[in-house]
Amino acid sequence: MTEDDLDGNRRHFLAIATAVTGAVGAGFVAVPFLSSLQPSARAQALGAPVEIPLGFLEPGEMIRVLWRGRLVFVLRRTEDMLGRLGDHDDSLKDPHSENAEQQPGYAANETRSRKREYLIVEGSCTHLGCAPIEDFDVRPADGWDGGFRCPCHGSKFDLAGRVYTGVPAPTNLRVPPHRFVRDDLILIGQDAAA
Amino acid sequence: MSRIESEIGKPQGGLMKWIDDRFPFTETMKYHLTEYYAAKSFNVWYVFGVLAMVVLVIQFLTGIFLTMNYKPAAADAFASVEYIMRDVEWGWLIRYMHSTGASFFFIVVYLHMYRAMLYGSYKKPRELIWIIGMLIFLALMAEAFAGYLLPWGQMSYWGAQVIISLFGAIPWVGDALVEIIRGDYSISDITLNRFFALHVIVLPLVLICLIFVHIVALHEVGSNNPDGIEIKEHKGANGIPLDGIAFHPYHTSKDLVAIIVFLMIFCAVVFFAPEMGGYFLEHANFEPANMRATPEHIAPVWYFTPFYAILRAVPSKLLGFILFGLSVVLPLFLPWLDRARVKSIRYRGWIYKSALTVFTITFVVLGWLGTMPAEGVYVLAARILSVIYFAFFLLMPYYTAIDKTKPVPDRVVYHG
Amino acid sequence: MGNLRRFASLLALSACLVATTGHASVDSGHLEDSGIDPGDIHSLQRGARNFMNYCSGCHSARYVRYNTIGKYLELSEQQLIDSLMFNAEKTFETILASMPTDDAARWFGKAPPDLSLMSRSKGADYIYNFLTKFYVAEDSATGVNNLMLDGTSMPHVLWELQGYQAAIFKTHESEDGSVTTTFEGFEQISAGLMNAEEYAGFVRDTVNFLAHIGEPIRSDRRKLGVWVLMFLFFFYIIASMLKKQIWKDVN
Repeated sequence: MTEDDLDGNRRHFLAIATAVTGAVGAGFVAVPFLSSLQPSARAQALGAPVEIPLGFLEPGEMIRVLWRGRLVFVLRRTEDMLGRLGDHDDSLKDPHSENAEQQPGYAANETRSRKREYLIVEGSCTHLGCAPIEDFDVRPADGWDGGFRCPCHGSKFDLAGRVYTGVPAPTNLRVPPHRFVRDDLILIGQDAAA
Repeated sequence: MSRIESEIGKPQGGLMKWIDDRFPFTETMKYHLTEYYAAKSFNVWYVFGVLAMVVLVIQFLTGIFLTMNYKPAAADAFASVEYIMRDVEWGWLIRYMHSTGASFFFIVVYLHMYRAMLYGSYKKPRELIWIIGMLIFLALMAEAFAGYLLPWGQMSYWGAQVIISLFGAIPWVGDALVEIIRGDYSISDITLNRFFALHVIVLPLVLICLIFVHIVALHEVGSNNPDGIEIKEHKGANGIPLDGIAFHPYHTSKDLVAIIVFLMIFCAVVFFAPEMGGYFLEHANFEPANMRATPEHIAPVWYFTPFYAILRAVPSKLLGFILFGLSVVLPLFLPWLDRARVKSIRYRGWIYKSALTVFTITFVVLGWLGTMPAEGVYVLAARILSVIYFAFFLLMPYYTAIDKTKPVPDRVVYHG
Repeated sequence: MGNLRRFASLLALSACLVATTGHASVDSGHLEDSGIDPGDIHSLQRGARNFMNYCSGCHSARYVRYNTIGKYLELSEQQLIDSLMFNAEKTFETILASMPTDDAARWFGKAPPDLSLMSRSKGADYIYNFLTKFYVAEDSATGVNNLMLDGTSMPHVLWELQGYQAAIFKTHESEDGSVTTTFEGFEQISAGLMNAEEYAGFVRDTVNFLAHIGEPIRSDRRKLGVWVLMFLFFFYIIASMLKKQIWKDVN
């Protein structure tokens, strides 16, 4: 090898070393900038679990609450409503809540809830996010057992938040993580006591 | 820009040819980088142009991420800055980089301008580069001023109050002008919002355009060098200046080292002394703006203080304003004030060397005086130094003409 | 290199002039050094307790979250709830004063300022001196005045601990008839629960905490800075070697 060749090789090596060091440095610099896009401490504070007292909720009544800026329905179902849940499995896309992403494990049951009476679901249609409207009246003529209807594109959900076939929404309404602190007090946003 | 029509040295096939057929990519790389020849004798004074670009990039990047979390309303601005400092992941680092970057921008730009004064880089044929540069300087001062209001601290508010009131000194239109700038009867939420628009959109766009034009103008005539020789006057058989070396890879590899050294100093400040004793982040600005109480001691940020000292030295509001404006604008005329036949200080006589030395001390001390209260001996000192500042420029046609210069060599002085 | 040396010495000369002035923000007398040690976690914990017990009644620290304090001061969530959180329920909340601001402004003439950034605007030393230099003043609404801030609306909240002291002033009349008053010293009038040294330690802990909440990230930032500079130095070495290699063929 001539001296020029050796020089050329050394230069090549050093150029690569410099480029790699520079790329690593650039990577280090990118971390703080990209991390700053994550939810901040304030977002986390505002996104903290929300306590909802249930003492005043009558059977058949529903309240709307906000958790992390998202709408959550809390519905106290009557025995009648609960009785109708088993009637229309064939018209549902996912009657047995097999899609694990739509509810925590403890809500993958017939009533999609921890306690039979209380349905707790996000009020966000799984099609494109509009807020479904309550329609609890039973209209046998229409084959309607009571549930939710979405005003945007007509999706329908039953009183356990399960989606009907023949509508654009693909999945059941999401059940948020929640737990019962006491019989009359729920905490939305937290599964288990910290 | 002369188009390089020949096909020599251009990709003959593949993706690069596809691009080159539709966009002057290879041409541009050659013209501005691999076939842009600059003197091999560049010393440390030649590093500040590229460092200014580095700081510009830092300010842009950090500025964008700050804008994602900052709230430009008087009720929320101060709190949003603390939100960035405490609640946003790494927000503190982004904020400190931006505040340190602002000060470093001026350090670098002042040194960049000083280089021109050392080596006559504003002289023919580079007068236009200098003029554009002065416009960049003005835009930068406006950008920094607008940016400083945004944290809405005590110094932000009262500093802006003082400087904006200055414009009221202009006869006839003064008061109307002040109200238009403020958008309100006093500095308020409305002023803050519009200064935000100026700082984030208008002035950055102006700066980018001016900097682009600045570099195009530079590349048209070629860079100066520490000897003030035009290297294009001595070309080799291949048309390349004998004293020139290609910008890439020579100057790029050298500038990379300079950039890293700069980043070490920059990071030392960001991580260990972001307040810089109250000069980069002023103590009074950690208090939210209070319209009922002015801080004891108002001074603009350090990089404005030399001009501020001149303003205060003059006992009349209008005359002070005029001289303040003149002190900023006067360097613009250097290409025509400077009558020396030589460019570089290396070949000038003792008169210019002494004048520049005195000017340098004057500028720095005026800057310090601008941070001091206008009392006692400080007032007299500021007045004397202001006179010297103006004398440096206004007497220049005379003393540069009579200054005995040394013979300038044909080729650059380079000690490899 | 001649110009560089000349410029550097000009800058140094000018900088010397500037450096002699310092950056003091005090009017009266000599500022005692607070002597705080930001690395002393126990001091910070005591300071947090002192702050919540004596200051947070009137002063908020609205940018400071309890859980941030917990993280840096190594306090568990339960410790925060039990010992520090008087008018807050969740640890992510910020420190708010118990006293409503409007009422405070009416009662004291001036709303007690938020203390999140007091150490950054006035300095730890100032606050230390402020808390140790209250003195009895009969003509004041609160019965006290303060050597650092004449006519302060703040009462001597820590009087039980420090006791009361009187300030001794001497007036001098100079030749041209102008009168100057100088502060000579303090004289203890009534004792507090703490002696001078204990009280100084109490104030020091409190000031340490205030300095911490002014910029909680401070110690992390300095630690990271060391790594950053080390990386840059390494990068510098490599880039220098590359530059030298490339410039070898420049004669």
